[in-house]
Amino acid sequence: MSEARVTKDFTNAPLCLSGKGVTKIFGFGNKKTVAVDHVDFEFHEGEFVSIVGESGSGKTTLSKMLLGLSNATEGEIFFQGKPRDISSGRKKREYWKGIQAIFQDPFSSFNTFQKIDTVLLDCIHMRGGKNLSKEEKFNMMTEACHFVNLEFKELTNKYPFELSGGQMQRLMIARIFLLKPKILLADEPTSMVDACSRATILDMLLNLRDEIGMTVIFITHDIGLAYYISDTVYIMEHGKFVEYGKADEVILNPKAAYTKRLISDVPKIHEEWDLSTVDLMA
Amino acid sequence: MKNTLRQVFHSSKFVAGFIIFVAILLMMFIYPLINPGNPLQQIGVGTFAKPGTYVSLYDATKSPVSTFRLPDAAEKRLGTSLSEEDKVAMVEWFEAVGADISDLDTNDTEKMLEMWDEYYDPSAKPKGMIRAKILYYGRLDKSLKEMGGSDSISIADKNEEGELEETKKILDTDYVNTKDVANVKTLPLGTDNFGRDVLKELVSATGTSIRIGLIAGIVATLIGLTFGLLAGYVGGILDDIIMFVTNIFTVIPGFVLLILISYSIGQEQRGAAVVAIVIGFTSWTWTARSVRSQVISLRNRDHVNLSKLSGHSLVRIVLTDILPYIASYVVMAFILQVSSGILSEAQLSLLGLGPKTTEVPTLGLMMNWAMLYSAHTNGSWWAYFPVILTITLISFSLNLMNTGLDQVFNPTLRD
Repeated sequence: MSEARVTKDFTNAPLCLSGKGVTKIFGFGNKKTVAVDHVDFEFHEGEFVSIVGESGSGKTTLSKMLLGLSNATEGEIFFQGKPRDISSGRKKREYWKGIQAIFQDPFSSFNTFQKIDTVLLDCIHMRGGKNLSKEEKFNMMTEACHFVNLEFKELTNKYPFELSGGQMQRLMIARIFLLKPKILLADEPTSMVDACSRATILDMLLNLRDEIGMTVIFITHDIGLAYYISDTVYIMEHGKFVEYGKADEVILNPKAAYTKRLISDVPKIHEEWDLSTVDLMA
Repeated sequence: MKNTLRQVFHSSKFVAGFIIFVAILLMMFIYPLINPGNPLQQIGVGTFAKPGTYVSLYDATKSPVSTFRLPDAAEKRLGTSLSEEDKVAMVEWFEAVGADISDLDTNDTEKMLEMWDEYYDPSAKPKGMIRAKILYYGRLDKSLKEMGGSDSISIADKNEEGELEETKKILDTDYVNTKDVANVKTLPLGTDNFGRDVLKELVSATGTSIRIGLIAGIVATLIGLTFGLLAGYVGGILDDIIMFVTNIFTVIPGFVLLILISYSIGQEQRGAAVVAIVIGFTSWTWTARSVRSQVISLRNRDHVNLSKLSGHSLVRIVLTDILPYIASYVVMAFILQVSSGILSEAQLSLLGLGPKTTEVPTLGLMMNWAMLYSAHTNGSWWAYFPVILTITLISFSLNLMNTGLDQVFNPTLRD
């Protein structure tokens, strides 16, 4: 990964998830808050998209809507070109086979009363592997754990709280590996883990993208990080996309004042902040 | 799970409460084995026999006699026959006739009687004493004179000619061994107004009351939990409806509702189980409210979202992702509900709206009976005080356990 970044052009790739005028309003009257304000977006198949914005800009609200965990007040979201239908529980479950998520806090992402085996088995069952033999299931889980550098034998019969934050977040990726969704929505997956684990986790996300060819929607407040890993960047301010486009174009040649501010806020190690000389994966 | 249990049993408060409660439970199971029989059987004729050991006089007169010449026997005999009331009256007389009572010891019976002989004059009319009182002292003097009396009692029976003939003479030095007496009955807590063994009744009543508390607790917790989970997790219009009902139940005073329902059911239909269910049905509101608020804070957690994304059904999410997180709270609420269920039963029964009186005794019913037959005004403390003590102990132990659990599950309360 230390070589120069290679970004592909996705403009002609088939659409995976797109939205028109998506809006979310909390409360009403005087207490009305517009969290997401008429945003349009187009995410393509296999694309690594970053949504960058500061706290309170509406990133997480948007991600909840994309996941179908909350409904949009206005606007429509299209899944693989067709309007998304999540009106019933069954349709929602069908939709969630295509879109999955990794959350910010690994410690609260797991049900502390369930063993790790249950978490992984659920994924296999969701992919229709209910009738597989015990051995096949075990092999699948071992393979998934192997992908994220974990040993399933050591994890089996353990509870999530017995793992470190980095291990938990890697287990989350193992979950995605088993589920093989069309879209992965990663909501600041590295903000709660240490720097070393962060590089490993990002690396795994990129590998996973290449392995199963899914779209990754990466939500972050760190524009430097977004530059290094994404193909496309959306900059979000106060619930609106102020700028979007290919990562190089947006970050090396920002047009919106907000983007410029975000870039200037990136901490500089040397006097001059030279993006091209920083090796992220080191 | 194992770890949690260990933590719970390290809490001194929980352990103290647990020991008291288990002791009460053990008593409930073991005592009926030692002293079997129907707790509501009326063994005594007349009301409120004092606690103590009762020896059959009939059997005692027929038992083998040993002779003892104990130096303090006569004094003791006088001591028990001279009642506290008599002593007070005697002191009053001494005061009225102007005797020196500054160093008088009322427990020294012999001295009291000596003084009586010295100062009592049937013809004296102390100033300010009414005639009835003077007559009373005449009677008292007579009974005091009889006390010394003879040193034997004769038992006579009719002979063939129909004349009384002495069959046995009992001397004041005659003793029988209680082991030789066929019928000796120990009543540690005496008898109640119906002549029933209070201890046996109390043990049975404790069992019934705890059962009523458990049923009431289960009913209240189940209703509260179901409503709280549904309102909190599903939300929307269902939440509004459930909270509307809950608020209505909250603003009507629970006890008034309880009285009205119990009254309308009628004495005949009111068994212990019915009363328990009625109590449970009127006390679920706080459980529902607090479960709802906890569920609302839980339903947007990441692990619940993840469970949704894993395609789990509503029932499964509620049972595996919400319920375990509030289980400790629900257990604590349940313990409090049991405790308040027992107290509610006692309150209801005291008002005469408890379970039907003919089937089982309950702690509340025992208090009701004691109150109706004026146990508290005639000094029969054994008919109500042990009952109050038992209720207090049960309630105390349950609350202690609850506080202990609270400290384990709520780290901010740990000392």
